[in-house]
Amino acid sequence: MPQNYVPVFIFIAVVGTLIPITLLLTKLVRPSNPHREKLLPYECGIDPVDRARGRYTVRYYIVAILFVVFDVETIFLFPWAVKFKAFGLFGLLEMLIFLGILIVGYIWIWQKGALEWV
Amino acid sequence: MLHLVLFLVFGAICVAGAINLLVQSHPISSALSLVVVMASLAVEYLLLGAEFVAAVQVIVYAGAVMVLFVFVIMLLNAGVEERTKGSRVALILGIPGVLAGGLLVAWVLIERTGTATVGLGALPGFPKTIGNLLFHDFLLPFEVTSVLVLIAIMGAVVLASRPEPKNPEKES
Amino acid sequence: MLSLPIFLVASVVKIVLVIFILLTAVAYTVWLERKVVGHMQNRWGPSRVGPFGLLQPLADGVKFLLKEDLTPPHVYRPLFIAAPMIAVICALTSISVIPFGTAIPVAGHIIPLQITDLNIGLLVILGVTSIGVYGVALAGWSSNSKYSLLGGLRASAQMVSYEICLGLSLVGVLIVSGSFSLQQIVESQRGYFWGFIPKWNIFYGCQFVAFFIYLMAAYAETNRIPFDLPEAETELVAGYHTEYSAMKFAMFFMAEYANMITVACLATILFLGGGNGPLFGPPLLRLILPTFYFVAKVFVFLFTYIWVRGTLPRFRYDQLMAFGWKFLFPLAIANLVVTALVVAYRS
Repeated sequence: MPQNYVPVFIFIAVVGTLIPITLLLTKLVRPSNPHREKLLPYECGIDPVDRARGRYTVRYYIVAILFVVFDVETIFLFPWAVKFKAFGLFGLLEMLIFLGILIVGYIWIWQKGALEWV
Repeated sequence: MLHLVLFLVFGAICVAGAINLLVQSHPISSALSLVVVMASLAVEYLLLGAEFVAAVQVIVYAGAVMVLFVFVIMLLNAGVEERTKGSRVALILGIPGVLAGGLLVAWVLIERTGTATVGLGALPGFPKTIGNLLFHDFLLPFEVTSVLVLIAIMGAVVLASRPEPKNPEKES
Repeated sequence: MLSLPIFLVASVVKIVLVIFILLTAVAYTVWLERKVVGHMQNRWGPSRVGPFGLLQPLADGVKFLLKEDLTPPHVYRPLFIAAPMIAVICALTSISVIPFGTAIPVAGHIIPLQITDLNIGLLVILGVTSIGVYGVALAGWSSNSKYSLLGGLRASAQMVSYEICLGLSLVGVLIVSGSFSLQQIVESQRGYFWGFIPKWNIFYGCQFVAFFIYLMAAYAETNRIPFDLPEAETELVAGYHTEYSAMKFAMFFMAEYANMITVACLATILFLGGGNGPLFGPPLLRLILPTFYFVAKVFVFLFTYIWVRGTLPRFRYDQLMAFGWKFLFPLAIANLVVTALVVAYRS
């Protein structure tokens, strides 16, 4: 590992100890008066209705899976962009083919209504 | 020396995360152990000098694929899994199978000394080198990847969208 | 090049300084926001503690320390405690690759005003940001309360959607500057064209569209108005941190503002030329000016954040998703193709 990465790990270590220590310190000074009403799940003052863990709409799942796919695409774009000046127009052409295939997919999911949030 | 120690430490974290993944009974704990595995793998890549691959490991695996897993657990309200004693077939066939596989890998590694002599941090994995490889030497596989990603998009959307109601009047 | 012991000592000193300055900046960004939004709404904002309410952040800090910290019995305890820590650690870590100015000589050594410059600096920030989603998602899930879970889901879905646009808006900048190292990206924007216009990426690199996309994606990433759906008070109480109190709540708060500052720093570096600007005067002034320009640009960006908050209403959730996926995404792709064409034409 190049020397340059060491400070990042030192940084994470410093922050990673500082934050739990702050939490522990507050434990010493703060009051603690638990009460049944305070400890209920917050639902605007009335007693909670039903359990919180239900099943939620599949929309979120579609968003997450599209995110994974397009994140992979973005990652492919990064090394290409950095080297673009060396590749020139040929590089643009190969990326246009790559993007073109994906844009077909993008138009297809738009047509299919997967981008609608209803 | 320090390099090797760090490499072994993160390797141990990686294996510990993987074992924890199997042992934990709650899906979210398993998913988070997998995040630990991914992150320590990224550090291993970094130690070997593959900066770009390390970053991609964090962004794609720890930051995207595992977010999807956590999402599914949140959405489906997956609870604590049930424990069984385990099947006898797994015991009889699994343990010798794993041992045989391990021996095979070890034998191949010893036999082909070429794979064992690459020093730690000897292969530079700079983003620009990767760019050259990906867009020059392995151009066709790269373009085919986009077809693969396209299939992934279509599969995901087909699986997740509900079938069209055949009788619109009855659905309400 | 510095020798290893000096490198380590310099790094530790810089890390401690940067953390201290960042946390102070977070506290005073909160003060600034309350003050500016107050004046925009014809109120005074904080005005009681100290002159102009300047000691308000201190009072708030003491209050966060002394408040009761409830951990309700219905939560999943380990993750309930870990979630705010993940959020704040990720939010703070991004700052470690940001260059704040030029290198300065200290006791015979040239020390760059940056904790460390990496070949993949920009990717490190993206990686840390993508890990930050866990803080929000796990907070919502572990709270085991309806508002929290919905808030967490909304927040993480929004963050991942706009992460794509954020990533794509950076591709144009990468094409123009040809490096992931933030130091080199700033270097590539030095100088002027046509005599007087600075060679910042937003002008010379034709990245104004990318800047717009980045701005929108950054506002959504940090869950700020007009994209603050995760904590839409009228629908979700406080979103994913509904069940949090005292210091744990403060950590989410700190994470949000630290993210704002990181996003502002990144915008300055990628689009607004970092610490570049006219240098003049004695040598000492020449050393300080880049940092001054950097801070000034970050301040302008943060002020815009607050201004937007004081001006715009909130989107609806379907509008938010449509804006991200149907408008920003194709726009980002188009921008990247146009940028590639422009760069190919120039060379």
